[in-house]
This record gives sequence, structure tokens and C-alpha cells, in this order.
Amino acid sequence: MIESFVDIFNTSSKYVIPILLAVIPFYALVFKKVKVYEVFVEGAQDGFKIAIQIIPFLVAILVAIGMFRASGALEILISFISPILNAIGFPAENVLLAIMRPLSGGGSFGLLSDLVDKYGPDSLIAKIAATMFGSTETTFYVLAVYFGSVGIKKVRHALIAGLIADIVGIFSAVYICRFLFG
Amino acid sequence: MILISVIIGSITGNIDEVTQAAIDSAKLAVELAIGLIGIMALWLGMMKIAEESGLIQSIAKIIRPLVVWLFPEVPPDHPAMGAIILNMAANILGLGNAATPLGLKAMQELQELNPQKDTATNAMCTFLALNTSSVTLILPATVVGLMGINANQIFLSTILATTMSTIAAIIAVKSLEKSQRFAIQSPNKCEEIEEDRLISK
Repeated sequence: MIESFVDIFNTSSKYVIPILLAVIPFYALVFKKVKVYEVFVEGAQDGFKIAIQIIPFLVAILVAIGMFRASGALEILISFISPILNAIGFPAENVLLAIMRPLSGGGSFGLLSDLVDKYGPDSLIAKIAATMFGSTETTFYVLAVYFGSVGIKKVRHALIAGLIADIVGIFSAVYICRFLFG
Repeated sequence: MILISVIIGSITGNIDEVTQAAIDSAKLAVELAIGLIGIMALWLGMMKIAEESGLIQSIAKIIRPLVVWLFPEVPPDHPAMGAIILNMAANILGLGNAATPLGLKAMQELQELNPQKDTATNAMCTFLALNTSSVTLILPATVVGLMGINANQIFLSTILATTMSTIAAIIAVKSLEKSQRFAIQSPNKCEEIEEDRLISK
């Protein structure tokens, strides 16, 4: 039963991106009379901008983590924490990302790129990392921007609730990926 | 982190590797970012089409009853409710650029309803907890770019994980708002209402 579910999932997941690419422009053109080509180009220009904007973050994080790994420090850190993490089934390689995620979007994207680059996009570690990245937010940043914009100083339970959501999201990412791709 | 790397690198005799890693990583960072441009342009172009075709409004209609239920303090016809719903719909579609201005609008409208301008209301906390738990159906363009064809599989795992974190956010925010520790503190009417509410619970 469970295995067949995973099979169905893996077969049907192949269609997610192709269907999105086919259905969105079709729907927009036929039902909404959107000027598909012009709008596409307008949106696509953002791809260029965002890619350029993330370069400084990527340089900072990839250099720091690259040096950290080459010095052997990352290995020492991982060998320290992995016994505890193995007990709960959490891959030690994903820990830095989990800690960085609520603090910095650029930084955690840098760590995600590092893991994808080191282990390959088809590895379990990269899939867990991508799921973590996609299913949580930079809580501190969102809180600072949104509360800051209206001058709220006492945030009450918003921070704790946000962090609880992050922790649940991070652990869910690990266990869901282990179940689906493990 | 870099300082630790240099110290440990010196101790372990890996200092050449550490230097090399710094140079290689800086180069890799730019190559990676440039490599992302194509896929991200494709993805963001598609998402722009989705936005223009009114997908945000369609999703907004679907989630409206749920959002009204989540924000009992906000009158259903108040502009704050509209902004909250549109912000969440944009988040669900992964349209971060469209979501942020709507979110800021929602905060302004919620502030209008706030009797105590420096303290967050329950509705604000709920709104932000939902935002930080990142309700989403569509992956960010950066993730699609990085994962390539494997992004296909990440869609479902992300939807499942984000559903869990959103449920956790709702439970956390709804139980914490009743806690004495997070009660609104001020010697005005607002607190009395809050206390009455606590007693009646």
C-alpha cells in the first residue's frame, strides 16, 4: 500500500513541471485573453535581476562554507553532532541550513546551493534541503519588515509561533523526504 | 566561520586547500548564479502569466472562508480581510514579489483596527505566523533553477511539509494568544476586554 503510493507519486511527479508549463499559458491565452508572450518576457526579466542580486550572498556563503569544509572543520562539527542527529534520523549535513533558514534568505539559499553542488540535485540530502528551503520562511526578516512597517514594538507570541512553525516544517521536510525518496 | 576555518586549516595542515576553496567557491558562486538565469527567467515568466490571468483572485475566492474563520477579530468586509486574503493567495502561488506589498497593506489595515499602536494584535500575530510558515503550492524560482528536473519531486514534498508547518503555526498562534504571558499589557479598556475573554474561556 505504502510502496504503491510512493510509486504513484514518483510517476505522477514527472508531470508537475510540464503540466504547469502547458496549462498556465493555455488558460491565460484562451480564457483570460492575456498577451502571453509580452507578459512572459516582462516576468522573465526578473529572472535575470534576481540571479544577479543573489551573487553577493552566494559568494559570501559559498566562500565561508567552502573554506570551512576544506579546513576539515565541517567534518569535525558533523562528527560531533551526527550521533545525536542520527538517533532522530536527521542528516547532519542539513543542520546548518536548518539553523540559517529563519535568519537569512540569501544565506540559506547559499547553503542550499552548496549542498546541491556537493551532493547532486538527485541526492536525498539535496532534496531534503530544497524541501526545507521551500516549506519555511525567513521568520526574523518577515517579522522585522512587517511589524517594522507599522511601528509595532511588542510582537507578543508572533515570533515563538513563527519559530514553532519553522521547526515543524524542518522536521516534516526531513521525514517526508526520507519516506518519499529514502 | 572563516576565522575558524583558517585556524583549523593551519592545525590540520590544510591551509593550501582552505585558500584554494575560497578562490574556487567565489568563482562557483557566480557560475551558479549565471546558470540559474535561464530557468529562473522561464519560471518567473510563467508565474507572471499566472498572475496576469487572475490566478491570485481565483485562489483568494477558494481560501476566503478559511481566512475569515482564522481571523475572528477582523470584520469580514474590512479592507484588512481583503489584503490578508490576497497576500495569502499570492504566497500560495509562490509569488513573493506580489505578496509582500499586499502583506504590508494588510498590516496597515490591521493597524487601523489596533487600539494600542505599539503592540501586536492577535490578528497580526496570526497573519505573521501564517506568513512565516510559508503556505505554498508553487516552489520559488530559485529552487526550481537549482534542482532542475528534480524539482518535480520537490513540489509534493514541499506541499506536504508546508502543510504541516502551517497547521503547526495555526495551533501555536491560537493556543499562545490565550496564554497570560502574551496577554496585551496596558491599563486601558483593551486589557479588560482581553481579561474578560480569558476568564470566559
